[in-house]
Amino acid sequence: MSDPAGYRLPAPGTQPPYDAPDYGSTRRRHPTRPLLRVPHTPTEVSAPRMDPARYPPHADLSKLEGREGLGERIIVAGRVLDEEGRPVRGAMVEVWQANAAGRYHHPGDTHDAPLDPNFRGQGRVFADAEGRYRFTTIRPGAYPWRNHHNAWRPVHIHFSLFGAGFAQRLITQMYFPGDPLLPLDPIFNSIPDPAARQRLVARFDLDVTEPEWALGYRFDIVLRGREATPMEDAA
Amino acid sequence: MSAATPSQTAGPYWHLIDFPEWADLLREDGPNAGLAGERILLTGRVTDGDGAPCPDVMVELWQAGPDGEYGGAFHGFGRCATDAEGRFRFVTLRPGPVRGRGNAVQAPHVTLSLFARGLLRQLVTRLYFAGEPLNETDPVLSAAEPERRATLIAQPAGGGEWRLDIRLQGEGETVFLEV
Ligand SMILES: [Fe+3]
Repeated sequence: MSDPAGYRLPAPGTQPPYDAPDYGSTRRRHPTRPLLRVPHTPTEVSAPRMDPARYPPHADLSKLEGREGLGERIIVAGRVLDEEGRPVRGAMVEVWQANAAGRYHHPGDTHDAPLDPNFRGQGRVFADAEGRYRFTTIRPGAYPWRNHHNAWRPVHIHFSLFGAGFAQRLITQMYFPGDPLLPLDPIFNSIPDPAARQRLVARFDLDVTEPEWALGYRFDIVLRGREATPMEDAA
Repeated sequence: MSAATPSQTAGPYWHLIDFPEWADLLREDGPNAGLAGERILLTGRVTDGDGAPCPDVMVELWQAGPDGEYGGAFHGFGRCATDAEGRFRFVTLRPGPVRGRGNAVQAPHVTLSLFARGLLRQLVTRLYFAGEPLNETDPVLSAAEPERRATLIAQPAGGGEWRLDIRLQGEGETVFLEV
């Protein structure tokens, strides 16, 4: 029996390191021993089937029980593709974010900014047959964090993705174009390759924008691709 | 061809996507209700390089069913937030042996992924079961340095509970996998 084709390792410089000295929380949490490389088996190439019947979609974060959250309504849309440009059909996309004032609906967030009773900041959508996803939300605010003096996170939305293989599992952040905080952010700048970094910045898109309703941003996400040829059984 | 999107930390506020019931894979209204198998609890504590508990970790579980298959009736996915002491706890069925590469058989195992503040990418490890004869020939256990292999092997704690602590850094550092 031939073995499944594995997923390719990331191109050099395109993923952040575990040890990023400018991001203080990595100091006591990064492994110090080299990772053990494991050849891909059914464990790595299979993934949970995230069925919308079990994991109900929630594509409009801008309202809670019919009441509008405060702030600038936006639409975020894009495609989930693999490295060969093929759509990742049915990919589950979870999102979470701060409200327009830069405050999370979270007991651990003590930033002195108002909570919005009509904004929770959690959503879940699925990619269609072409890999397209879309949700409506409120543009989040920047917020302070204690990493260094006068540290502020650039405006961002957290994304969590489930692809067709466990090795494709990804959590990342989407940033907004033109944010003056981006060049100062140790998390964004932990990615060594500047071109890879820029792929986390959404584009304003007039085609996603809806007249008299909301600005639109496009954010395409690329999950790891498979190696070209399955490794044949050596035995 | 374009390279995969970079990872970023889940940060401290990922609990907006925490659904505590997902840690119980055998919940009555869940995808595995009524499936036959050996019910087990998987527990452990996540600590950092100072030995301090990590109370803000999202632990995700991925495993085969009792038949050793990933695409079968068993939905082997779970998610659990660590508590104030850094502890996680899953209720699941013991997985069967899984096909490996070539003619290899992998010992029963559960994959655990950790996402958290301070982790710019997830950390991935495996949980094996002490006393399982297939452990002797498992390709991943065999590839781990012998003196660190124990960091991958859960010990029975009675009543169907299996315990494996995870140390992110330093003394007794867990073997993490590049998948
Ligand atoms: Fe955040």
